[in-house]
Amino acid sequence: MSMLPLVALVGNPNAGKSALFNALTGARQKLGNYPGVTVERKAGRLALSDGRPVELVDLPGTYSLDPTSPDEQVTRDVVLGKQEGEKRPDALVIVVDASNLDNHLRFTLELIALGLPTVVALNMVDLATRDGLELDANILSRELGVPVISTVAVRKRGLDHLRQELDGLMNGAPAPYTARPAGDFDTTRNEARRIARAAIVRETPSRRLTAAVDRMLLHPVIGFVILLALLFVMFQAVFSWASAPADMLEGWVTALGEAVTNTLPPGIVHDFLLQGVVGGVGAVIVFLPQILILFFFILMLEATGYMARAAFIMDSLMARVGLSGRAFIPLLSSFACAVPGIMATRTISDPKDRLTTILIAPLMTCSARLPVYGLIISAFIPARTVGWGVGLQGLVMFLLYVFGIVGALVAAWALRLTVTKGESSGFLMEMPKYQWPRPQDLLIGLWQRAVIFLKRAGTIILFTNIVLWVLMSFPKAPDGVRQSEYSIAGRIAGGIHLLVEPIGFNRDISLALLPTMAAREVAVSAIATVYAIDAADDVEALDKGLGERLQGRWSLATALAFLAWFVFAPQCISTIAVTRRETAGWKWTGFMIGYLFVLAYAAAGITYWTAVALGLG
Amino acid sequence: MRLTDLPLRQPAYVDMIDWSALTPSEGQRLREYGLCEGASVEALHHGGFLGKGPIACKVGRMTIAMRRNHAAAVTVRTGPDTGAQDEPA
Repeated sequence: MSMLPLVALVGNPNAGKSALFNALTGARQKLGNYPGVTVERKAGRLALSDGRPVELVDLPGTYSLDPTSPDEQVTRDVVLGKQEGEKRPDALVIVVDASNLDNHLRFTLELIALGLPTVVALNMVDLATRDGLELDANILSRELGVPVISTVAVRKRGLDHLRQELDGLMNGAPAPYTARPAGDFDTTRNEARRIARAAIVRETPSRRLTAAVDRMLLHPVIGFVILLALLFVMFQAVFSWASAPADMLEGWVTALGEAVTNTLPPGIVHDFLLQGVVGGVGAVIVFLPQILILFFFILMLEATGYMARAAFIMDSLMARVGLSGRAFIPLLSSFACAVPGIMATRTISDPKDRLTTILIAPLMTCSARLPVYGLIISAFIPARTVGWGVGLQGLVMFLLYVFGIVGALVAAWALRLTVTKGESSGFLMEMPKYQWPRPQDLLIGLWQRAVIFLKRAGTIILFTNIVLWVLMSFPKAPDGVRQSEYSIAGRIAGGIHLLVEPIGFNRDISLALLPTMAAREVAVSAIATVYAIDAADDVEALDKGLGERLQGRWSLATALAFLAWFVFAPQCISTIAVTRRETAGWKWTGFMIGYLFVLAYAAAGITYWTAVALGLG
Repeated sequence: MRLTDLPLRQPAYVDMIDWSALTPSEGQRLREYGLCEGASVEALHHGGFLGKGPIACKVGRMTIAMRRNHAAAVTVRTGPDTGAQDEPA
């Protein structure tokens, strides 16, 4: 716990809290978790106007101090000083959406009544002006009894002003204002409305941009088509935009490998660095551009306010399988990664809805599958168009995503009829205003994702590869025997191979399946390591790309079965760990691992047998 | 008139809410969204095929979405606001 004074940023969802937090703290943020819960803790450092640092923590948005979900509980516990691992804040910055005053002021009054030193940030005043609202911060301040600063996260003036006010609060200057006691819900609400009405100087009929856009985006048919089109563009972009930067990264990895070869004498250190480290981790790193492009889309969908519309459109469909549109948001985030996706299920208050969503989240095609899909697709699917500028490779990728989604819906339906049976919960959701995301917020989000990915590559993936390299390099095979088969790993793989041979998996895949439990991307680096070791004495083979070498050793049927396996297989230790934490035990975690492996086996088998029957074996 | 029957984009006021048709947490959430007797309300979109999906409506200055079974618990009236419960006495 930091010894710096603590300031908490608190407010309703969609009050522009995160943008304000980014503007105040910049890119130097620390992401962590509150102990015992998987609620993300976002903190950063803020320099007051006299230069003194304070720690600023961004609390989850909530509508009141009466929590209905685990993340709202954290907000309440922190401001009451009851949260384990966090001291009670020395001051509060309450963030209020200027164009939703009557609603947000009710929570503000509830917070002011706590008696902590408080300043209110009247945020997004630019959007309020767009909607034809003119507000007087002075009236608001007088009525609320605390300082009120008009802010727009991108404009410096309001932020400086906010820092000055905090300065005064942190210096213990006696506030010229007095806290007022909170009444019951209705009294507070009526008081909030009265204050909002007093603070609104002028109100002209707004242009209602949001309502006009919603007529299209929420339309049962047009809106659904737009959603599908957006997702399709997203997956095409992941493939086509990423190729140039990915080639560049691949060039660097190759150069690094050559540098190792040129500087080190042949021997075990050379082999270890080249095959275990550069070959393995490098094969994963080249997928960074694709992962960032995917996160770019997800962050855009969230920041623009579209995500809630997607939930609205999907609600009818989700209702058929016993879920609500709200579950669509964690599921869509799971396209990036199931870990934040499963954490995002915290906003679902119905326990059975939430459990079902957690159980199917790993079926959403996460970014860790991209390296695997990317490798296999570029090796086996020809890079030609199928018309209208649609690439065949992108189309196959899209289909893999569709299989994941359909699999998830069917699984949800089956689970809701059996193990998570119960009343279907409702769908209640706020539809935020549309807004154009600020580039710096997107950049900070992408930066954080890149750091997380590179950390994974440098820790869990590197470690797994080193272990794998050792297991694969010893004992040394006699002449004429393949090293990958003779080694310890090869012998273990022999056992696995008996199980997966019927579904078309060869020995290379059998060998890759075990280390892939650590993280899916390891499948790529593991296969790369297998071939690097086997090709060590074969100069010609070493010059070939991984994809080319795959073409020589795998049939198309095997490649397709391998893809089908990865649509379903629960191979990610982080997902398993977060599921265990969120479901509070091994019972549901074990169930999830079991049913996903069964599905993966069946899907790979059906794919392989069908492909062989069609003559692709 | 129930909120489900309110024509789109016709301003109205909440007359009565059958809180017993909602679970306590649903009721709380709707109250937090600003839905209460006397609040201004306007239906904006009916989602889902054949309009059987959720309803997006404006409550005060906020747009919220709810399913039809919840919207059916809200009785609305059109016409001028009598403001009976809107103003604190």
